[in-house]
Amino acid sequence: MCRLFALTSEIPQSPMIAINALNVMKEGHDGSGVGILLRDLGGPFEDMKDAPILSGIFSEQGMKRLDLFMMDQGFMTKYKMSIKVPKEKLPDVPRRAMYLVRAYEYPEDWEGLTESEIKRRLMLTRLQIRGMGKEENDMIVFSFWPDTIMIKEIGDPLDIGHYLGLDRPELHARVIMAQGRQNTNYAINLYACHPFFIEGYATMTNGENTAFIPIKDFLSSRDFPGYTGYESDSEVFAHILHYCMEGLELDLDAYKHIITPLQDTDLKGHPDAEFLSHLKKSCRPLIIDGPNCVIGNLPDNTVFMAQDRKKLRPGVVGGRPGMYAFSSEICGLDATIPDRDKTTDIQPMHLDTVIVGPDRQEVEICPQSQALHLQH
Amino acid sequence: MSSIASITPSTLSLNDLPWQIEWNKDKCTLCGQCTAVCPVRAIEMQVYRKKTLNTSLLPGHEQGKQFSTYYGIGQKTNVANACIGCAMCNMVCPNNAITPQRNPGVSRLKFHMNQDGQPRRRGGRKNSTESVLDQIKFTRISMLTDPALDAGRHEFELRTLLGRILSPKENMKRLREKGWIPPVREIYPMVIGGMSFGALSPTMWEGLQMGVAYLNEELGMPVRMCSGEGGCPPRLLRSRFLKYVILQIASGYFGWDEIIHAIPHMKEDPCAIEIKYGQGAKPGDGGLLMWHKVNKLIAAIRGVPQGVSLPSPPTHQTQYSIEESVAKMIISMSMAWGFRVPVYPKISASSTSLAVLNNLTRNDYASGLAIDGEDGGTGAAYSVSMDHMGHPIASCVRDNYLNLIKIGKQNEIPIFAGGGIGKNGNIAANAAALIMLGASGVQVGKFVMQAAAGCIGTEHDRCNVCNIGICPKGITSQDPRLYRRLDPEDVAQRIVDLYVSFDTELKKIVAPLGRSTSLPIGMSDALGINDKAAAERLSIKYVV
Repeated sequence: MCRLFALTSEIPQSPMIAINALNVMKEGHDGSGVGILLRDLGGPFEDMKDAPILSGIFSEQGMKRLDLFMMDQGFMTKYKMSIKVPKEKLPDVPRRAMYLVRAYEYPEDWEGLTESEIKRRLMLTRLQIRGMGKEENDMIVFSFWPDTIMIKEIGDPLDIGHYLGLDRPELHARVIMAQGRQNTNYAINLYACHPFFIEGYATMTNGENTAFIPIKDFLSSRDFPGYTGYESDSEVFAHILHYCMEGLELDLDAYKHIITPLQDTDLKGHPDAEFLSHLKKSCRPLIIDGPNCVIGNLPDNTVFMAQDRKKLRPGVVGGRPGMYAFSSEICGLDATIPDRDKTTDIQPMHLDTVIVGPDRQEVEICPQSQALHLQH
Repeated sequence: MSSIASITPSTLSLNDLPWQIEWNKDKCTLCGQCTAVCPVRAIEMQVYRKKTLNTSLLPGHEQGKQFSTYYGIGQKTNVANACIGCAMCNMVCPNNAITPQRNPGVSRLKFHMNQDGQPRRRGGRKNSTESVLDQIKFTRISMLTDPALDAGRHEFELRTLLGRILSPKENMKRLREKGWIPPVREIYPMVIGGMSFGALSPTMWEGLQMGVAYLNEELGMPVRMCSGEGGCPPRLLRSRFLKYVILQIASGYFGWDEIIHAIPHMKEDPCAIEIKYGQGAKPGDGGLLMWHKVNKLIAAIRGVPQGVSLPSPPTHQTQYSIEESVAKMIISMSMAWGFRVPVYPKISASSTSLAVLNNLTRNDYASGLAIDGEDGGTGAAYSVSMDHMGHPIASCVRDNYLNLIKIGKQNEIPIFAGGGIGKNGNIAANAAALIMLGASGVQVGKFVMQAAAGCIGTEHDRCNVCNIGICPKGITSQDPRLYRRLDPEDVAQRIVDLYVSFDTELKKIVAPLGRSTSLPIGMSDALGINDKAAAERLSIKYVV
């Protein structure tokens, strides 16, 4: 079972905090890979919140092809942060030419486009680069989105953290999500590493998704180009979140009603019984069956945790106003925020979505039994 | 054989018959129960003459011969009275003195079952034990990476949906705008398939209804039963139990006068309306209730004269195209119940099924598609149809489901699969395989008759006389002397046994796959088969 850790803090923090938390929980992952998502960035990216940032791994040939492609599209480099790989290679970590984090200026002909059109084009650009990379095996792209950086690599999280120098101030961020991987079903493939990202929505998960195939089939047939990939059975959690909030224009509290709907006897007494009954039927193929703990992040930098219907995975949320952490295990939380009031720690149960909003002042518990916000 | 008997082309010997009666003189009490119970009068009391030779050379002993007679059971060899292997003789024999045995040689009866130019007709089944469904295994077992669930402890929600489900976006939109949302029923995924009042005896039908009512009202299992094409008893139409019934309309429209007139008096809407266009056992052929079974009660319910054969035409005579069927019939039936009742067609599995499905996807009122495979049962059909016509269910369901995925409507038009589920007794495994291939649920008929009423038919051409009203168990007979053998209360009890045990078995299949909160429709990654060609055809794993 993989280990998950997420942090949301008013003051930008080093990604190494999350890496250390994963290291504390090392008994729960086999060091076969790590994925980090950084959002609400500090450092130099603070002043370019709107500029899309491309994160990925490139070979030398891939870099050349990327530059040509991006120029062709009209993107101009605004800021570049290259992670120079140390000469001495880490055992079991592939030798890469370049870990790229690069902010771009939008093409001139994008001016005047609506926000939703810009979002769509960013996603399509990412998919195009991913497709090109697959053809030549020279580019891996994780995200292309404003105020967002993603780094993934095969190997032990702590080793990789040091190897890539993730402690550097340019990478400090207010939202950090990290997963230490327990490789199970799939050959190690960086596209199968969590967190997964689509148009500002990200999730990471542990546990297997036994209902993967029907969910994948359903998402793939929504006529939305971003619902693709699926190198991991967990990628669907991010896409369901996106479908819930962007496709169906529902609020975050509906997400859990889609993946783990209430049983009919519980639905009967619910204030939104009719709505939920329709949601359950029409989204039936998106029901997960666990065992999964999901930690997610929304475009407004809200962070949340939700559990499967039977709560078969551990998970805890705690902290203090200004800084909260979401962790698979309490030891991860203790290592990060030791001076919190532990009596207010929350271990979400089978009906709960636990949410820390962008203001990071409190933890909101949103049980499925309560009325929905419905449309946002 | 006496010397004056003639030998004709259809004169048969015991060796030519598929079933041969073994009778034990020593055990027989000559009570006559076997001859009385035999549905085809294959056996009769006979007088046997025996010659005894006295060849003793001892003085005082007279040499010579003696004749004696004794009584016993004999088997007829004429075509009309050929033993059907039902073994009722054995069932009633107090001393186990008689039993039919399958001819270990080659039966020649088949060449003669066309007397008077009438090809063989029969009820029952395809008479083939082949089953792709039986070959399918569930191979994706949760092991360590994700814990298998506990079939006995965890909560399960294994119901399915019958009705047109809108896409999530469209559903949300209509909810907001208070538009019409098609009716959807949440039901148990195993439906008792259409077997008409007429094809079945009154006691059988009553027993099924009672069992279904008990399952719903006492055990909370939303089991539904399809009426078949034969109408519905007036009292049931006007009762609250109608909600457990799927009313079937087929090309003969039998019973629909009564149903339409009862609409204003209905306390509950029926579960759904099934429009039968085809039956897997005899695709492209219509229904048939032979005159033997059309008694006063049946005639009254169906609105026809007594004692005449009731063939339903192969097609609905008022419709000559799919457009008409979809546009007219489905909408008319929906309208009759104020668009509150799901209406869906049932077709025979066929290589043209996709065309039907594609039409349904464009009609908001189509609530699903029931597909009946070649292994489906029938009350009466020509043997040639049952033996040689039809399409297997597994690949047909798979093709249709994959097509729905292609157009993104896999959750919108539920496919219900029928035909051969449990034909060799593996009902839960067969049903689960079809669900994971893409069916939303299954329709089961023959297994219900066997498990709930003790039908003695087998896939080896045993019995198969459902069509002519002589069912020795009283399941498909309208003769009170026969159907009184079947106690409706017993049938109801067995239906409950069947569903409760099926439910346990289904959980024992899905729990190890890590599934419990929803029916694993289309979970094809769980399936494997030891046949490369079948694996490729069904897009599932090939395992050896």
